[in-house]
Amino acid sequence: MTLHIGNVEKVPAERPFTGFVRPFIRSRRRGYLGFLFRRIAQSALLFFLTILLTFALINVAPGDMVDVMAGDSGGADPGYVQMLRGKYGLDRPLPVRLYNYVDQLAHLDLGYSFPQSAPVTDLIADRVGPTLLLMASSLALSVAGALVLGTLAARHVHRATDGIVSVLTLLAYATPVFWVGLMLILVFSVKLGWFPSSGMETLFSGYTGWTRVKDVAWHLVLPAATLSLFHLALFTRLLRASLLEVLRQDFVRTARAKGIGEWRVLGVHALGNALLPLVTMVGMQIGASLGGAVVVESVFAWPGLGRLAFEALGARDTNLLVGIVLFSGLVVITVNLLVDLLYGWLDPRIENV
Amino acid sequence: MPLSRRRLLEDAALAGLGIALPFAPAASAAPSRGGRLVIAIDSEPPVLTSALTTAGPAQYISGKIFDGLLSYDSRFTPRPQLAQSWSVSPDGLTITFRLRPGVLWHDGKPFTSADVAFSVLQIWKKYHSRGRSTFANVVSVDTPDALTAVWHLSNPAPYILSALGSPESQIIPKHLYDHGDVLTNPRNIAPVGTGPFRFVEWKRGEYVALARNPTYWDKGKPYLDQVILRVLPDGGGAMTALETGEVNLVLDPPPADIARVRRLPGVSATASTGFTAALAAFEFNLDRPWFKDVRVRQAFAHAIDRGFLLRNIWYGYGQVADSPIPATLADFHATNLPAYPYDPAKASQLLDAAGFKRGANGIRFSFTHDPLPVGQAYKRSAEAIRASLAKIGVGMEIRSQDFATFVRRVYTARDFDTVQYAASAGPDPAVGTQRFYWSKNFQPGVAFSNGAHYSNPAVDRLLVAAQSERNALKRRALYARFQQIVQTDLPKIPLVSVNSVALGKGVQNYAVDAYGVMGNFADAFLVAA
Repeated sequence: MTLHIGNVEKVPAERPFTGFVRPFIRSRRRGYLGFLFRRIAQSALLFFLTILLTFALINVAPGDMVDVMAGDSGGADPGYVQMLRGKYGLDRPLPVRLYNYVDQLAHLDLGYSFPQSAPVTDLIADRVGPTLLLMASSLALSVAGALVLGTLAARHVHRATDGIVSVLTLLAYATPVFWVGLMLILVFSVKLGWFPSSGMETLFSGYTGWTRVKDVAWHLVLPAATLSLFHLALFTRLLRASLLEVLRQDFVRTARAKGIGEWRVLGVHALGNALLPLVTMVGMQIGASLGGAVVVESVFAWPGLGRLAFEALGARDTNLLVGIVLFSGLVVITVNLLVDLLYGWLDPRIENV
Repeated sequence: MPLSRRRLLEDAALAGLGIALPFAPAASAAPSRGGRLVIAIDSEPPVLTSALTTAGPAQYISGKIFDGLLSYDSRFTPRPQLAQSWSVSPDGLTITFRLRPGVLWHDGKPFTSADVAFSVLQIWKKYHSRGRSTFANVVSVDTPDALTAVWHLSNPAPYILSALGSPESQIIPKHLYDHGDVLTNPRNIAPVGTGPFRFVEWKRGEYVALARNPTYWDKGKPYLDQVILRVLPDGGGAMTALETGEVNLVLDPPPADIARVRRLPGVSATASTGFTAALAAFEFNLDRPWFKDVRVRQAFAHAIDRGFLLRNIWYGYGQVADSPIPATLADFHATNLPAYPYDPAKASQLLDAAGFKRGANGIRFSFTHDPLPVGQAYKRSAEAIRASLAKIGVGMEIRSQDFATFVRRVYTARDFDTVQYAASAGPDPAVGTQRFYWSKNFQPGVAFSNGAHYSNPAVDRLLVAAQSERNALKRRALYARFQQIVQTDLPKIPLVSVNSVALGKGVQNYAVDAYGVMGNFADAFLVAA
């Protein structure tokens, strides 16, 4: 029997998650700066394409801002419609409007939203806090829940616990979000009176400091729970599958052979290695949940960006919609960058090239 | 006011508990003072003055911040508001308003005739979609003193006196609007008015806050300290907020929920049959070959069961319509018009006579229908109409799209066969009805104009004559004749006159005039729910 010692050296050994210090030492050596610059250059191009595409799409859609405004009113006359198109510059050809927009953007000005009668920057700034709060807490909730449920399911695979988790996640995955929201309101607001049914804080409460934080948190519970259910299901299934795969690997058998307790094997040795797919998915879902919370924001009257984008689309409000898309793009690109960095942190074998 | 905003158009205008149930429940006790009234609205306003827009949310909110020259009682009779008295010259060419003394703008400046002249000539005639036509005949306004405004008209326009309420024609402060661009004036979103409530704050996506105006001209009013209009986009969410007491009043609730929620303890429903009521109708594109024959249009009228639509789509909150001028506009509504009772057999005969025989598959012809894509009522009633037409061998396909697409398709591209929407018919037929039937208002590119492309010289003559007729009886006769003709020609089939409903809990006296919940709420007060 020959030992292929040379080969063994080349194949990276599967090993337990060994800590958080090493990747940083490695990464400093590799130089994140060059990587960052490359990514920023790619992002700039992406941004430009985003502007072009959004601009083109909203202009391909039938009807413009003035159609909506005049339609809202009724009883208009051709002079009125013409006056508005002139005021808003909609009578100029598309390339001219696009040029003007890019020119304005180059001066760091996102423009003015006529349907909302306010500068786009102000409109977006008002919604950033509530949006990020809702997004972050619902994702945190779903990741935390998935870590528990996914680990439980993997630990007891093909047994009752696994079955229950599977059924629950399937239900959560398949139930429409608006229905879940309304049911939670019905039970926890109307019947039990534990949580408020809508809004982000108690109006004119005069709360400041810690009291206000608690008030917002109290309002956040139902919408965040509603929004997190879908992701909880998704992440749980993913983590269970990923854990089961890792658990079949040699280093886990080694760990068990050394006499390490099953929960420790799972929670420390296997989980660290099983997290990568989850991190990837969370990163992708952040982009989706920026604009995808329209339903939850509507049901709970949460003042988020999704609703604003939906209104902008319906009103054919090009300035506002492109502004929101650009802002969301910025968030998604930043998050993806962080996810890439996180890979290296979680798994030193991944090089940030 | 024609189309008071699509929400209104929509099932919004929806319900009315019938004429039987009048306005707000009568106040039993003396009004209580103070407190905060929270109102749920379903969408954000574009600006906070309806001098510049007719969007529903803007009218709901700004009607409380601004007073108009006149208000109207539930019988549409004009009442003094900012104008204490008014008189029309015998030739109908001069209207003189005597203004109320001692009225202050919310910033402390006095309200004067200069504000009136400025609002008519520089704002309504230029920037208000309906004001442009309503006040087209006003050529100049003299202001001999600070409290007198004399309007000079090129032609008599009797309907003007129906259109001077605050939600329709707001007097705005000249001293804040006479410089710079009107459409981007910062006061559009932080208004200064003369009404019972002052603007405090607008948090977009959340609420608009108003506070009691301590210098309001009607001493002792308003009763409320604060009015908050919360934006609750989801109808179901608004209903639960009413149940939990987070809001006191829901405007335009989803029709399907009204019956359940109004039975809850402390909840009362009001149905306005006033200016806010709207007429739902089925309209033909007369340029399409199938619809050129009047027998086909009459066949459709016989095939559609309007009572069924009222009961099952609008849950009984309204009245079956038999005229383009609904019964709620009692001064102009005519009786003994051509009637089209539900009668599929007769409808089939008419189609046979028009030459549209059933084909081998039982189908006479098929077309595409575009219901107004706002709310559920039009789509659901379209489904009911599709089933009715199928019985007489006519195939109808229902198309879905968003609002902007709908407006562009119907009014610019004219790429449609039939449409269905509701529009308010008031406050006067010259404003609310004429636009759909007058051949000169066939204006491609303009939303909610004469989209049918209906053209009948006799109707044109009647409409133009009625527009400037000063004698009320003659005017009524002209509109009666008009109703006779168009109910025979049927370019559009009136379906249901739908009333705007509000559900209230712990609030009284809020819908006391023809504008219903768009009124100024000076008389509203809170009661223990």
